[in-house]
Amino acid sequence: MDTTAKLDEVKTTPWSGGRSPFSVEYGKLMMWFFLLSDAFTFSAFLIYYGAQRFSKFTWPDPDLVFQSIPGIMDAGAPLVFVGIMTFILIMSSVTMVLAVEAGHRNAKKEVIWWMIATIIGGFMFLGCQALEWSHLHHEGFWWGVVPNAEVIKELGADHVSAQQFANLFFTITGFHGFHVFTGVLINIIILIMTAAGVFERRGHYLMVEKVGLYWHFVDLVWVFVFTFFYLV
Amino acid sequence: MSTEHSNIEHAADHGSMTKGRIWKVFFILLAITVVEFILALAIPDTIISHGVKNFAYVVLTLVKAFYIVAFFMHLKFEKYALIVGILVSFIFIVYFIILMLTEGSYMNSHMNI
Repeated sequence: MDTTAKLDEVKTTPWSGGRSPFSVEYGKLMMWFFLLSDAFTFSAFLIYYGAQRFSKFTWPDPDLVFQSIPGIMDAGAPLVFVGIMTFILIMSSVTMVLAVEAGHRNAKKEVIWWMIATIIGGFMFLGCQALEWSHLHHEGFWWGVVPNAEVIKELGADHVSAQQFANLFFTITGFHGFHVFTGVLINIIILIMTAAGVFERRGHYLMVEKVGLYWHFVDLVWVFVFTFFYLV
Repeated sequence: MSTEHSNIEHAADHGSMTKGRIWKVFFILLAITVVEFILALAIPDTIISHGVKNFAYVVLTLVKAFYIVAFFMHLKFEKYALIVGILVSFIFIVYFIILMLTEGSYMNSHMNI
C-alpha cells in the first residue's frame, strides 16, 4: 500500500519532467546551443592560429603591422585604431543589454532607441574593419599574398610566417566580421518587429534577449581576436 | 502553453541586471582594456618581460570573457545545470588549446632538423 501511494505521488523536482529543468525558454536554450557550436568553430580557428604561431621561428610584430589610423596617421600609432574598434563593440554590447533591460520593463520606445544605437555601433565596427582590411591590403597583405621580402623583414618575420599571418588574419577577422554583419541584419529585423509592435502584442521581449545573446557572443569573440592578434 | 509562460515569467522576474549594474560591468571591461593598453604601450619589455605580459593578456582576456558571459549574457543568473553544461564544454576547449600549443612548440623545436 505504502509503495503504491509513493508511486502515485507526482514529483515536482526540476528534473522529473513536464517542464524545462533549465527553466529557460526553448528558443533561448537553442541559441545557447548554437553559440556553443559557434564557439567550437572559432576555437578551431584560434587553436590553429596558436599552433602555427608557436611552431614558427618568427612572426610579424603586431605593433609594426597595425600602427596606422586610416585617414589620419599612416604610422606611429600602434593599437590605437583597434582600440577604437574594441571600444565601439563593447559600447554596442552595452546598448544591447540596455535594450534587453528595457524589454523586461515592456518599454517599447526605449527598446527601439537602444536597438538603433546597437545597430549604429555594429555598422561603425564594420566600417572600421573595412578600413583596417583595405589598409593591410595596400601594405601588400591578402589571402596568399605577402609584401616583398624587405618589408617582411622590417616587420620581423620571414616569408612563411608572414604568409600564415596574412591567411589567418583575413580568415579569422573575416569570419568574425561576417558574424557582426549577420548580427546587424538580425538586429535590424528585430528592430522592425519591435517597431511594428509584434513583441508588445506577444507580451514579452524574449526575441530581443535572444539576439542579445548572439550580439554579446560576437563581442566575446572579438575580445579573444583582439588579444591574440593585436596584443600577444 | 500557459505553464510554459509562467515558467518564462518566473525566470525573468529576477531583475538582476539593473541599469547601474550594466554600466558597472561596462566600466570594468573598459578598465581591463585600458590596463591591457598600458601594458602593451607604456611599459617596455625590459621592465616586464614579453612572456609575463602575454600571460597577463590571457588572464585579463579571460576576466573580460567572464564579465561578458556572466552578466551581459546573463549566464550567472541561469540554472546551475545550464551553467555547468556550458562551462564544461569550454574547459575541454581550453584543454585542446593547451595541447595544440604544446604541439606547436614541439614542431618549433624540431623545425631546423
